Amino acid sequence: MSSAEINKNEVDIVIGALNADLTQFLTSWKSFFSGFHLIVVKDPELKEELNIPEGFDVDVYSKTDMEKVVGASNATMFSGYSCRYFGYLVSKKKYIVSIDDDCVPAKDPKGFLVDAVTQHVINLENPATPLFFNTLYDPYCEGADFVRGYPFSLRSGVPCAASCGLWLNLADLDAPTQALKTEQRNTAYVDAVMTVPAKAMLPISGINIAFNRELVGPALVPALRIAGEGKVRWETLEDVWCGMCLKHISDHLGYGVKTGLPYVWRNERGDAVESLRKKWEGMKLMEKSVPFFESLKLPETALKVEDCVIELAKAVREQLGSDDPAFTQAADAMVKWIQLWNSVNSSG
Amino acid sequence: MVEPANTVGIPVNHMPQLKDELDIVIPTIRNLDFLEMWRPFLQPYHLIIVQDGDPSKTIAVPEGFDYELYNRNDINRILGPKASCISFKDSACRCFGYMVSKKKYIFTIDDDCFVAKDPSGKAVNALEQHIKNLLCPSSPFFFNTLYDPYREGADFVRGYPFSLREGVSTAVSHGLWLNIPDYDAPTQLVKPKERNTRYVDAVMTIPKGTLFPMCGMNLAFDRELIGPAMYFGLMGDGQPIGRYDDMWAGWCVKVICDHLGLGVKTGLPYIYHSKASNPFVNLKKEYKGIFWQEDIIPFFQSAKLSKEAVTVQQCYMELSKMVKEKLSVIDPYFDKLADAMVTWIEAWDELNPPTKA
Repeated sequence: MSSAEINKNEVDIVIGALNADLTQFLTSWKSFFSGFHLIVVKDPELKEELNIPEGFDVDVYSKTDMEKVVGASNATMFSGYSCRYFGYLVSKKKYIVSIDDDCVPAKDPKGFLVDAVTQHVINLENPATPLFFNTLYDPYCEGADFVRGYPFSLRSGVPCAASCGLWLNLADLDAPTQALKTEQRNTAYVDAVMTVPAKAMLPISGINIAFNRELVGPALVPALRIAGEGKVRWETLEDVWCGMCLKHISDHLGYGVKTGLPYVWRNERGDAVESLRKKWEGMKLMEKSVPFFESLKLPETALKVEDCVIELAKAVREQLGSDDPAFTQAADAMVKWIQLWNSVNSSG
Repeated sequence: MVEPANTVGIPVNHMPQLKDELDIVIPTIRNLDFLEMWRPFLQPYHLIIVQDGDPSKTIAVPEGFDYELYNRNDINRILGPKASCISFKDSACRCFGYMVSKKKYIFTIDDDCFVAKDPSGKAVNALEQHIKNLLCPSSPFFFNTLYDPYREGADFVRGYPFSLREGVSTAVSHGLWLNIPDYDAPTQLVKPKERNTRYVDAVMTIPKGTLFPMCGMNLAFDRELIGPAMYFGLMGDGQPIGRYDDMWAGWCVKVICDHLGLGVKTGLPYIYHSKASNPFVNLKKEYKGIFWQEDIIPFFQSAKLSKEAVTVQQCYMELSKMVKEKLSVIDPYFDKLADAMVTWIEAWDELNPPTKA
């Protein structure tokens, strides 16, 4: 499937702007963003004016717009990396592709630039196979299929809720790891897309992600903020928490989550050692989150994504609330998010 | 188009890891000329050849390989009445080799598997990669999006819980195949020309709770950790089914590994699979399996072993009871298979008595 075969009208590309000057970023993506509608959301805490080059079909949202749509008190939900969720909220499209503003197109082993947008949409349009592992990875791609021993009743797959891409150069490692291995860069181009099996947990990164907004939009929750959350990925966990919720809800509703291609090239930004100096709250929160999600069972009656989020928030409050105030705040944010989602998406 | 590697001129590995701790098990009915191509990588290791079919035939083994060979007469002699659990006229008989081995690790490979080339054109030393996979921990409790975190150049990604980064012991390393992919008969019939040309440069742990189709063509495992669960079932002569031997072993192995906290990896290494078997013959063998697996899969997906099952043998015996209880209704074959599973464990324990400390 080439970019000519995907319906660009079904896609919004949502970019969270943590940097004011988006010239280099947008110029590098121009050929792949061409023909698509862009939503650029400015981090409400960013003071400078955004610099956006000509030639893009783009709607820009800033703090004022956020306050108009969700009210001043709720606008804080969308600070820092979470600004992109505002874009998810106001989009009217079926698919969202979201890339961090410090990433440019990667090159594949043949030297061709990778069209990450098209690859994400292809991933989303093809079924996922979470109920049984296919050892040749994506069975629907050219040149591959289901292997011997794969049950036939499972070969039509399930709808794909999300497509998690990867990163060459600066991989999405945490601060301690990157600080320890300062020179390490990811050079391995693994030519595969695969479905993450049902019940398996994974850390979903927000750096290079796409999802079916119609299917699971409300499940992408801007909820968990670690104390002292910063403006570099090493100082956040919001996407990892969001991903745990998304995966759990997808598993519950019988959808799939894919990982692998496409790659983006992630540039240097920030200093891992510097980020280490801040107390690494994220570690503790993840340790607590794992057994929670492992044993969590959403009620059978939760059939809509919104209901799943509400039930999840309830469980977070009940089981994790006493462990750390960050969890109670996350639970509150998840409930608030659904309220906002319903109000924004019901009004015409 | 993908080609096998040309290994002429590659010197024999002078630093073979685990040389005295690993056996290579090869089932065959013909000569083993294919070993010539594998010489640089496999010659230092001991081979266990399991000769299927006519025991009066002589199997030609290339010069310089150290091996022991067992034909059907040997199997009958060694196991006596218990030989009934070892398949005849099917490569499933290879598991006899696992049983008689005295080594810690096993690498098993089919005799139509040649050396593959990586994207740079270099010959892939499949055994070396399997050993790396087995000696490195697995990470079944949380999926790492950068695949094997212990590989050179990789690591755990942001958000991966630190308490899970030590990993668990790896019991199985499942390799893949370039050229002729391991498709079932219906797929082979529909896509006779499809070749696997995609070299996916990754090893990954299959998450806990997830089943997979384990192919026995290019497989290695820690015999001490999981050996008794690697029974390849009743296939071939006198049996209603074939080409499900490795599948059956894989489902049992995965359930037991999940229960015991062991890891199963899949991905690299690739071998070059040179021969496509006849899809019409395959269809006849697989036919029943295609229907039965629809019931077998849910059975394994919901199989729960008791807390008291702490050794592989105990787990396997429990599984055999569950097979008899729940799968015999599908076909009396499963009743026989459950009995054979018990026979296998009894034979395994006889040939591998626990060593006194």
